[in-house]
Amino acid sequence: MSRPSDHIDSAPAPSGDGISQPKLGFVGTLRWFWRQLTSMRTALFLLLLLAIAAVPGSLVPQRSSDPNGVTQYFTDNPDLAPVLDKIQAFDVYSSAWFSSIYLLLFVSLIGCVIPRTKHHLQALRAKPPKTPARLGRLAGFTTRTAPAGTAPAGTDAATAVAAARTVLKQGRYRVALFDSPTEFSVSAERGYLRETGNLVFHSALVGLLVVVGFGSGFGFSGQRVLVEGQTFVNTLLAYDSFNPGRFFDDTELDPYTLTLDDFEVSYETANLEAFGQPVDFTAGVTVTPRGGDAEDGAVRVNDPLRTGGTSVYLLGNGYAPTITVKDPEGTVVFTDSVPFLPQDANLTSLGIVKVPDGLAEQVGLVGFFYPTQDESGTGSYFSSFPDLQYPVLTLNVYAGDLGLDEGVPTSVYSLDTDTMEPLATRTSDIQPLELKPGETQELPNGLGSVTFENASPDAAEGDYSGSVPRFASFDIHHDPTQGWVLLFAVLVLGGLLTSLFVPRRRLWVKAVEQADGSVRLEYAGLARGEDPALESAVTALADRHAALLERSAPVVPPVEPA
Amino acid sequence: MNLNELSVLSLYSAMAVYALAFIAFSIDLAKRSSAVDAADVESAKAGAGEAVASVGGTSTLTRISARMANDAATPYGRSATLRVGVSLTVLAWGLQLVATVLRGIAAERVPWANMYEFSMTGTLLIVSVYLILLTRVDLRFLGTFITGLVVILLGIAQQYYVEVAPLPPALQSVWLVIHVFVASLATGFFALGFALSFVQLLQSRREERVDTDKTGRLKFLKTLPSAVTLENLAYRTNIVGFILWTFTLMAGSIWAERAWGRYWGWDTKEVWTFIIWVIYAGYIHARATRGWRGSRSAWLAIIGFAAVMFNFGIVNVFFKGLHAYSGL
Ligand code: HEM
Repeated sequence: MSRPSDHIDSAPAPSGDGISQPKLGFVGTLRWFWRQLTSMRTALFLLLLLAIAAVPGSLVPQRSSDPNGVTQYFTDNPDLAPVLDKIQAFDVYSSAWFSSIYLLLFVSLIGCVIPRTKHHLQALRAKPPKTPARLGRLAGFTTRTAPAGTAPAGTDAATAVAAARTVLKQGRYRVALFDSPTEFSVSAERGYLRETGNLVFHSALVGLLVVVGFGSGFGFSGQRVLVEGQTFVNTLLAYDSFNPGRFFDDTELDPYTLTLDDFEVSYETANLEAFGQPVDFTAGVTVTPRGGDAEDGAVRVNDPLRTGGTSVYLLGNGYAPTITVKDPEGTVVFTDSVPFLPQDANLTSLGIVKVPDGLAEQVGLVGFFYPTQDESGTGSYFSSFPDLQYPVLTLNVYAGDLGLDEGVPTSVYSLDTDTMEPLATRTSDIQPLELKPGETQELPNGLGSVTFENASPDAAEGDYSGSVPRFASFDIHHDPTQGWVLLFAVLVLGGLLTSLFVPRRRLWVKAVEQADGSVRLEYAGLARGEDPALESAVTALADRHAALLERSAPVVPPVEPA
Repeated sequence: MNLNELSVLSLYSAMAVYALAFIAFSIDLAKRSSAVDAADVESAKAGAGEAVASVGGTSTLTRISARMANDAATPYGRSATLRVGVSLTVLAWGLQLVATVLRGIAAERVPWANMYEFSMTGTLLIVSVYLILLTRVDLRFLGTFITGLVVILLGIAQQYYVEVAPLPPALQSVWLVIHVFVASLATGFFALGFALSFVQLLQSRREERVDTDKTGRLKFLKTLPSAVTLENLAYRTNIVGFILWTFTLMAGSIWAERAWGRYWGWDTKEVWTFIIWVIYAGYIHARATRGWRGSRSAWLAIIGFAAVMFNFGIVNVFFKGLHAYSGL
């Protein structure tokens, strides 16, 4: 069986097939079930089901693409969320029900493609089928007659058919000659590529599913934040977070180093409608392969750096003010460039400093950084431009237990202030500390001092452009199967194009010697699948054939089709 | 007046001319109905109606003649109104082309980077596909649909108007040029496929009624090709759309890999692109499945285009996801 029995071109199954058959037996039932699974109807049903099943994942946030959205959803819908979670609504695309639909579809697909491939391989070797007895019923039926006498010497039925064979062969048809005492004919078929394309398309879909399914298992993805000047070595410990695939082995990591030399940003200033919109982000980096020479490189949005088997993406960026904390004697107890997370388009940024040791108490600082500080009517600060025009850092100071000693991992980007005493905040007696680059302020309670370092102290008065370092956050990925995915995708597209646009058709030319000595030529075609150009192909064949006969003989006026 | 203001002016003029074209095409549909009435009267006089059928039947061949006969039940020949409709559409298309090109020049980049511009370029492509196909097949009867759709979409687009702005870094990629353009082109084909499938459904209802000897209200249908012809046309249009959509999906994946480090992540926009792809794959299958050819598969084409419009109008604007660059 070449095609599923309910394919539009297959002969209808004899009634009594399938359901209505009496006892099937175990094997019979299995076979019946398999036939159902690999039918066009099932494939169609599963395809439509797949489309429907994909919808919920766009309505409800997904853990895979939007984990914060899921957390938010639980907060917003405390009653509904657990129910939805039970039915895997937050993991639709890896859920049992979604997976079973597509797995079933692909089982059906394989069950459909294998017999068709076998059949097609046979068809590729087979001769075109015998010429039908009556061509008159077929598409584009055309007859032309070479009247007796005008026919060139030797243009008998046999030579006419031989000429037709030549024409067809030139048209890349596969041909076979048939003859009987009274008539000669050539049967031709072309467009086997259509079926080949279809089979390549469907098989490549299976390939795609397999490489996509297993692919992520062999790779990893990791994140790392670098402040200008910092260097990262591609080893497990250097990552801020690291997600290996199931089959990934860390010894495969190629320990190259990557230094963020500078991070350049440009903002739109000419177009007032888009004032302050970023126009370009470029991370200038130096990469040193293990045992190799350092090379300059750049990472941009949309333009990852490929090195050491990994791809390095620029994911985010912001400011990393350098903050130094000293005890009352002037000993440095903390100094670092702290990445502040951007909160809005003008890069109002939030950052945390934790000073567990060296001061009389543990101290936590919650900082707000405004690259271009401005004040609203109510007296609160905001940033009015993302670049460094009037940078101001404000620090809320808390003292008490930082919660670092319990051994529970805590995020460097958050501070639990519930158990701490507010020393300088908007609601306490002492207002938050306010610093410009290069300034120092005393911490409350004589705890010590804090300095907002100026990264370019020698700049002209009022030029803050280099005063605060920037950071870039990088995503580093390794996926060895990506090339395969691309290959199968190309096969899918190529297969699709050939299977939809290569016409598969049969053409026949028959020459019948008439009683009066003339030769009647008959032409007809049959489309297999969609073939809008079939009729014109038959006419073109008749014309080309006539031309060839003419060239080897005096004019044979064509007779209009009846 | 700067280039962008000229662009806006030109777009408004295009909308006005499209609206006029819509009127002309609507008048033409009315005329078709009266032509059908006249033909019916005549055929009643002639006795059996055979005369009309054989005149109109298979012999009126358009340029695609060798491929497809215009097998309308009632012949409908030259119509001045129809010519006016087409001319106005071409004029409006020209104005819209100017508007779009000016917008691109004003922005110094391709004019498809936010909702307003997607709508402008997308509808321009819908009309372009329509006009190109017109040179090969007589689809003038779809004029009301095309001009009506474009006027509505451009009207909605005014809601999304934004001033010219440079591309944010996330959109600075050749893949913006390729991916979005091909997606819009696919939409153009799907829009036509939708219209053809829709008329096909009406036509097959009429054809069924003829069998039961009842007459419907949409008389002009008699001047349109048969349901089978419409279905074949719809299929051919839709498969071109499908191939372009397949390419859109792949180009999108390549872009996603470059931009976000993964080629597929079930982001909402990706989900809907996938859903649309699967629906049209279903449509193609349905055409090859016994019992599904004809009206049932036509419904799938209609659902497919509804999903395309949903993806464009609703998902872009109201759904949360990484593709947050509708510019709103
Ligand atoms: C992942 C699931 C599937 C997808 C996305 C899919 C998609 C497509 C597409 C796009 C076409 C038209 C292009 C071409 O002819 O190559 C097609 C054709 C076809 N498919 Fe599938 N298919 C799937 C599964 C199946 C299954 C399970 C079967 C078997 C029951 C099947 C049987 C066929 C057949 C016979 C054709 C040729 C239709 C014709 O003669 O016009 N497909 N498929």
